[in-house]
Amino acid sequence: MQPRGAFPWPGVGLAIATALVLVAATGQFLLTCAVLFVWLGTIWLSHWTPPEIQRVTEVEAYDAQRLARLIENSGTPILLTKRSRIIVANKTARKVLGNYVLDQDARVAFRQPGAIKLIDAQANGRTRIRGLARRRDEWLFNRQQLDDDLAVIELINLTSEVDISRAHTDFVANASHELRTPLASIIGYVETLIESEDSITPQKRQKFLGTIQSEAKRLQNLVSDLMSLSRVEAEKHDRPQDTVNLRPLVEKAAGDGAGAERMQRLQLEFSDEPAILGDPRQLEQLVRNLVDNALKYGAHDKPVSVRLDITESGEPRLSVSDQGDGIPAEHIPHLTRRFYRTDPGRSRASGGTGLGLAIVKHIVERHAGRLDIVSQRGQGTTFTVRFPRPAEAAEGS
Amino acid sequence: MSEHTVKAFDEDITRLRGLIAEMGGLAELSIQESLDAMVRGDQELAEGVVKRDKKIDALESEVDKLAVRIIALRAPMADDLREVIAALKIAGVVERIGDYSKNIAKRVGKIEGRGTFEPLTLLPAMGEIAAEMVHDVLTAYASRDPVLAREVIATDEKVDAFYNSIFRNVVSYMVENPKIISSAAQLLFVARNIERIGDHATNVAEMVHFAATGSYPPDDDTA
Repeated sequence: MQPRGAFPWPGVGLAIATALVLVAATGQFLLTCAVLFVWLGTIWLSHWTPPEIQRVTEVEAYDAQRLARLIENSGTPILLTKRSRIIVANKTARKVLGNYVLDQDARVAFRQPGAIKLIDAQANGRTRIRGLARRRDEWLFNRQQLDDDLAVIELINLTSEVDISRAHTDFVANASHELRTPLASIIGYVETLIESEDSITPQKRQKFLGTIQSEAKRLQNLVSDLMSLSRVEAEKHDRPQDTVNLRPLVEKAAGDGAGAERMQRLQLEFSDEPAILGDPRQLEQLVRNLVDNALKYGAHDKPVSVRLDITESGEPRLSVSDQGDGIPAEHIPHLTRRFYRTDPGRSRASGGTGLGLAIVKHIVERHAGRLDIVSQRGQGTTFTVRFPRPAEAAEGS
Repeated sequence: MSEHTVKAFDEDITRLRGLIAEMGGLAELSIQESLDAMVRGDQELAEGVVKRDKKIDALESEVDKLAVRIIALRAPMADDLREVIAALKIAGVVERIGDYSKNIAKRVGKIEGRGTFEPLTLLPAMGEIAAEMVHDVLTAYASRDPVLAREVIATDEKVDAFYNSIFRNVVSYMVENPKIISSAAQLLFVARNIERIGDHATNVAEMVHFAATGSYPPDDDTA
């Protein structure tokens, strides 16, 4: 308590004087004493400043348990560290890193040098780290200090972004590889023919010429596939306007795809005659590619059936099934990627370019359709394309 | 692991494991970068790998000191003792792995005619497997997972097979192209180094298994 200025002696004097007058006038000593006591008391109290009311603003320490509950169900992996020990890891973090990270040194979970630098320095910051859960993945590691002990670490998965850019580089690398291989053998054989013109037997010459021809054809196929792929991609966003009657188109294109010698393996089943808005040239290519694939990779003595019908919900549906070995499930999501092959040797030997299904996918996408691939090991594979109902397609365009 | 009465002991062990993981992370990065440098002929990257080896060495001696201190002051028993002994040995092996990466990096400048040097294209695939082994064994160490450790041991066969095929390839390449024999010989050493990295990853895996279970993994039953 602090005194407020000088003590108010005049007030005290006045009180005592008044008391004396009162005693003299009334003779009531006790009552006057009581009045004087109260009076002096108030003077005395008013002299001191009252104690300040302390506002207790509690700086609440971070409560790890509460924070743990807060972050537990987040889809982003988040961890809390105390000094450098991991004390909390949310559900996603435990899934990504493994249950063992709890109660470990943070460096055990994040052994990437960039992350360790941040952990050691107890610094706020972010860095990219590679190979966290799997060896090829890439994450953004973001560490922020909360107080003297606690820090929060957030992980953001960048793998898919990195994958996309890698896929582009892969495409260029693959395309140049695919284009170069046939060229190299053509050049090789031609050189041999020129250099050893005299010593070569006519049979050998025929064989060499045959190889040159088949490689040149492969190159031609590849170039035309690449061209049509980029054409389809270029037109991806303008919806086709022509009304196409699917039945004659499928009939013709399936025949083209099979060729005369494989014609008898083809079974066509048309139960409806749907018409859609489409690009006839591209649709023909779609059917050709699917039929050619089915004949090539299905069992060579078994038929391939091409069905055309309308689903219960009114969507025109085209399906092509073979009776082959089937495709292992792990390959199915990647089938429509360019140059993806489940069995590179076999596919190249049978003259595949690795682009057929990529083209199919793009054509289906342009027609706003859906492509389903169902495969049973040992039974065969069915490719189904569903087109939007004609009315919907017209509205959408 | 259950908590110890002496908190400081827990902290020491955690720190020891952290140091090993840090070494491992550096070694892992070194393998990757030394191979990238080798394939691309990137001298700068190679120098970075050589420099990093010093840091790995420093960490190793830190692990040594800490492990000896733990043994001297805390007299650990049973699984704690195994943990410390394994850490001591693993640190030595990981340091060797770092050395091999450094060795690969040092040879980057000695390979000529990179563009047309075919055997070079075989290395990344082999290096990839070895790097994966190191990655997996460090994860196994971090998670005290004997099953993953045994898987790593089984993978070593692949690296060995790769080494044999590269060896044959390079030798026949040398016969055909005597001009680049010195580069090809360097490449043989690189392949050898990668093969050694694989072997050392196996050693670490054995020690991880030992630390986790108390016994060394049964001798290769797949072979």
